Amino acid sequence: MKKLIFIALATLLVGCKTVEPLFYHGNHNENVYNYFKADEVTLEEQIQSMNELLASANEAGKMVAPGIHAHLAMLYFEVGNSSDGIKHFEAEKQLYPESTQYIDFLMTAAMGGNNEAH
Amino acid sequence: MKLTKLAVVSVALLLLSGCLTMPKAHDYSDYRAAAPASILVLPPINNTTEVIAPYGVLSQVATPISESGYYVYPVAVVEQTFKNNGLTVANDIHAIPVQKLREIFGADAALYMTITEYGTSYAVIMSETRVSIEATLVDIRTGTVLWQKTATASSAEGRGNQSGLLGALVEAAVSQVVETVADTGFDISAITSNRLFSAEIHNGLLYGPRSPKFNQKNVAEGTE
Repeated sequence: MKKLIFIALATLLVGCKTVEPLFYHGNHNENVYNYFKADEVTLEEQIQSMNELLASANEAGKMVAPGIHAHLAMLYFEVGNSSDGIKHFEAEKQLYPESTQYIDFLMTAAMGGNNEAH
Repeated sequence: MKLTKLAVVSVALLLLSGCLTMPKAHDYSDYRAAAPASILVLPPINNTTEVIAPYGVLSQVATPISESGYYVYPVAVVEQTFKNNGLTVANDIHAIPVQKLREIFGADAALYMTITEYGTSYAVIMSETRVSIEATLVDIRTGTVLWQKTATASSAEGRGNQSGLLGALVEAAVSQVVETVADTGFDISAITSNRLFSAEIHNGLLYGPRSPKFNQKNVAEGTE
C-alpha cells in the first residue's frame, strides 16, 4: 500500500515536468538575437557559432530545429559566400519540406541579385 | 498511521490541484479542423518604449512553437524578406492580405503578436523586468482566427517566496547574464513565450503534425 502511494506520488510529480525536446536548438536563440542586435558579434562569429551548433547536433544524433539551416544560409549570403548559402538552403528544404515554397522564393531572389516580391 | 495516510493523501491532492486549477478552456474546434503544419511568425507590434523588444521576443518564440510540433519559418530571414520589400513597420506587415503571405511563404498559419510590456521598472524595494505578449494565430489559407492568448512573465516571480521550479528557472535565467535591461528582457521573453505557446501548458497551441502527440487532446481540452 505504501509502495503504491509512493508510485502514485512519483507519477504525479513527473506528470508536471516537461518531456524530451523534439529538436536540437543549442544556442540558436542567442544567435538570432545577436544577428538582430547587429553590434557586438560579427557575422563571421555568428557563422562559426552556428556551425558549432550543427556539429553538436550531429554528435548528439538530433535533428536541428526548424529555421537553423535557413538562418545560416542567410548569414553566408550576407558575407558573399553563396555556395555555402545554397547548401544550407537546400538542407533546410530537405529536413523541412514545409519550407520549400519560401526557400525557392529566397533562392530565386538571391540568384536574381534582389529579393523582391511581385 | 491513519494520520500519515491522511497527510500523504492531502499532499497528493495538493499536487493534483497544482496541475489542474486552470481558467476556462479555449474552444479548439476551428483550430483542430484547420490542422496547420507550418507557422509564419510576423514581426510583432511593439507597444512599449523599448526599441529592442521585438527582437528579444522574435528570438525566443520559435522554440516553444516548434517544440509543440510545427514548422516555424526562420524569424530573422522572414524579417529580412519584409525589409527587402520596403516593409519595416510591424503595423504595415500585419496589414498585408493573408493571401499575399500565403503566396510568398506557403505557410498554413501566421502568428500576429503585440508586445504590451517589455523591460525593467525600477522601484525602491526591488526592480523587475516584465514581458507581456498578446498573440493571435490566423489560418492564412482561409483567414480564420484559430487561437488567441495573452501571457506575462516577470523576473520578480521567483524572489522571496522560494516558489519551486519556476522560481528557480526565472532566477537562473536572470542571473545568467550581466543585468542589462535589454538582455534580461530577452531571458524573460523565453518564459513568456513558453507560457504562451507550449502545447504542454493550459490553453497553449495544439500539438502540431511533427509532434508524436499530434491529434491528442492538449491540456486545456483534457479538463473539459
